[in-house]
Amino acid sequence: MPRTNTLPKVKGKNIPKIASASKKMSGAEIVIEALVEQGVDTIFGYPGGAVLPIYDALFKQKKIKHVLCRHEQGAAHAAEGYARSTGKTGVILVTSGPGATNAVTGLTDALLDSIPIVCITGQVPTFLIGNDAFQEADTTGITRPCTKHNYLVKDADQIANVIHEAFIVAGTGRPGPVVIDLPKDIQFAESTYVSKAKAKIHTYKPQTKPDAGTIEKAVKMIAGAKRPVFYTGGGVINAGPAASKKLTEFVKATGHPITSTLMGLGAFPASSDQWLGMLGMHGTYEANMAMYECDVMVCIGARFDDRVTGDTSKFSPNSYKIHIDIDPSSINKNIHVDLPIIGDAGLAIEAMLKNWKKNKYKTDKAASQKWWDHINKWRAVDCLKYEKHDKIIKPQYALERLRAHLEKDQKKNKREHFITTEVGQHQMWAAQFLPFDKPNRWMTSGGLGTMGYGLPAAIGTQMGNPDGLVIDVAGEASILMNIQEMSTAVQYNLPVKIFILNNHWMGMVRQWQELLHGERYSQSYTESLPDFVKLAEAYGGIGLRAETVDELDNVIEQMLTTERVTIVDVCVAQEENCFPMIPSGKGHNEMILAADAEKFDKKLV
Amino acid sequence: MNAAPPKPVKSGKSKSVYGPGPGEQIDERHTLSVLVDNEPGVLARVIGLFSGRGYNIESLTVAEVSRSKNQSRMTIVTTGTPSVIEQIKHQLERLVPIHKVTDLSVEGPFVERELALIKVKGTGDKRIEALRTADFFRARVVDSTAESFVFEITGSADKLHAFIDLMKPLGLVNISRTGSVAISRGAEQV
Repeated sequence: MPRTNTLPKVKGKNIPKIASASKKMSGAEIVIEALVEQGVDTIFGYPGGAVLPIYDALFKQKKIKHVLCRHEQGAAHAAEGYARSTGKTGVILVTSGPGATNAVTGLTDALLDSIPIVCITGQVPTFLIGNDAFQEADTTGITRPCTKHNYLVKDADQIANVIHEAFIVAGTGRPGPVVIDLPKDIQFAESTYVSKAKAKIHTYKPQTKPDAGTIEKAVKMIAGAKRPVFYTGGGVINAGPAASKKLTEFVKATGHPITSTLMGLGAFPASSDQWLGMLGMHGTYEANMAMYECDVMVCIGARFDDRVTGDTSKFSPNSYKIHIDIDPSSINKNIHVDLPIIGDAGLAIEAMLKNWKKNKYKTDKAASQKWWDHINKWRAVDCLKYEKHDKIIKPQYALERLRAHLEKDQKKNKREHFITTEVGQHQMWAAQFLPFDKPNRWMTSGGLGTMGYGLPAAIGTQMGNPDGLVIDVAGEASILMNIQEMSTAVQYNLPVKIFILNNHWMGMVRQWQELLHGERYSQSYTESLPDFVKLAEAYGGIGLRAETVDELDNVIEQMLTTERVTIVDVCVAQEENCFPMIPSGKGHNEMILAADAEKFDKKLV
Repeated sequence: MNAAPPKPVKSGKSKSVYGPGPGEQIDERHTLSVLVDNEPGVLARVIGLFSGRGYNIESLTVAEVSRSKNQSRMTIVTTGTPSVIEQIKHQLERLVPIHKVTDLSVEGPFVERELALIKVKGTGDKRIEALRTADFFRARVVDSTAESFVFEITGSADKLHAFIDLMKPLGLVNISRTGSVAISRGAEQV
């Protein structure tokens, strides 16, 4: 779905006061009215002194459901999970001071992963701003660098306008979080409501339609390429499910290989032969080698993040690079590209597909075959291979079994599957071992790498998809960062499954310390962990544990049938490393595979 | 923009994630003209962008230019490698209250001026010499006491530097400068 500006553009920002016969409402009621008109049915939040008028207005209506999280960070990640899985804008409601500062991590996460969020924060009354009042924080000051835009509303007449504009800013162009700071006296003040259609928004107007001439040139380059590769990212997911369909159609028409970033998983079906797996630091050997050796690279909605490129001077040295992005500042930021195309990923892919058909391009069969022969040699390396054990559960094995059970569940129950993750080794293994055939099914913290993201995101995802099966693949360290959200899951009867790969270590930290810091394991082992089974039960959920390979299948099967929030404590091999890996400072052609790990010279890095 | 940015110079050094960045491009000085909504916080957004992303500001001036449209114009003089300058422009364009970013150094000829107020203290020959020099530079006397002058001078940064250098031995006390303001030459509205 193309993201376009739906409201009329007006010059200047002097917003006229609409003199209408409509009745006077309080600022808080206007907030609710505007949210309802924006199509919001679910919000995530936590009350407090400075937002009480809005909570009062919420109490008096039935159109918006409020999900009470147990921490504002949890509310923010829940809104992200909701937004990512439904394609709608997530809404957060928190109080001033600590409410707002607690939400900051979630806002920053949404900024880095381009998730549309509108966050309404309460503020002390306008006459107290700047006085170090109780629960006062300079919210707009604090959130300026971690939002796409923010507002401090000092006049009740502006509330409706600002909210309508905030939804446009959050949801169009490159999506992102927007904060609206509302002082308490403004929430009480009376004004009249301004509808979405009458709202005046000022300058924001992103370019969404790609230039036709550049598209023509890009398609010509793709048609003439001998060793091309598609490299797609979260931008394709953000462009809506239709963009993923068009991408699949186009890539299949060309017959060329495709890889994607962590954020882009699911835009192209992993079940296709053309899928190389994820690229980057823990990407597959074939994906990274294809990037290194390609002659034409088609980057769509990705941003050449350092976890993708490795050493930029060794990044795909001989390729002609085409970069499609809706954000002009992503062009030439990390990697110089030869053909930039500014626009919505969906519109650009559609235009390329049309152009490909119009010009009746055909892929050079011989060259393509040669390229695929090359790729198949890399595939034969089998980079995700690991040593199985007959008693101890390897984390990769646990995910392989999860995958098998999910496939069975899909056939049997026909329900949609959603995976969220925390951050660390388990996240990379989930990306490597779980296949995604559809967009909006994979919620993970990519850019910011926020431990504690997965559980609240799963809650948000389940709220948006009540009939879906939502699994948070977690680590025992990450899950403790937002474990309080168990309580939220119980309160709203959300049967999310928390699949903990428990190795007692902050696994990724331990891995880096082993490989890059002389095996000095500074503060990465958790000496005391809760009993996760009892913990789940204490919250009113279900706790399961698998300690050996024999117990694993049974436990997963049980997990898939529970109707309450369930923690599965999978006790996995403690010192397993996540491979392949590009050590920082190395290029795509310098990956270390599991088999090389022993020989890896730890002094080099 | 008519000039395509040059390809980044390949550095032989390792550019690891946490290692040194590309360091072999040459810094350029650019004058940017930025049209913004005149609303609270817009200056903080711009400054925060520069400090947060590690860009340089050589000078920045801002004042309202249209009351009816409620717009201000900022003139920002910045230095950086061509790729950094390109980033600065794109990042500025991303800010919601920013209407237009024009890189005057790229768009064509432009006029750039700066104003300085310069206080000089002295009597006798030095005082006369200061006044004579001010005359050559077309600096105006805007305040005078028996032993001091305040000169007002406009011109390029180079001219101001030259004048200030000459005033140093003549009893320079204080300098206050505005930083550059700039506008494109010709009839076009940029």
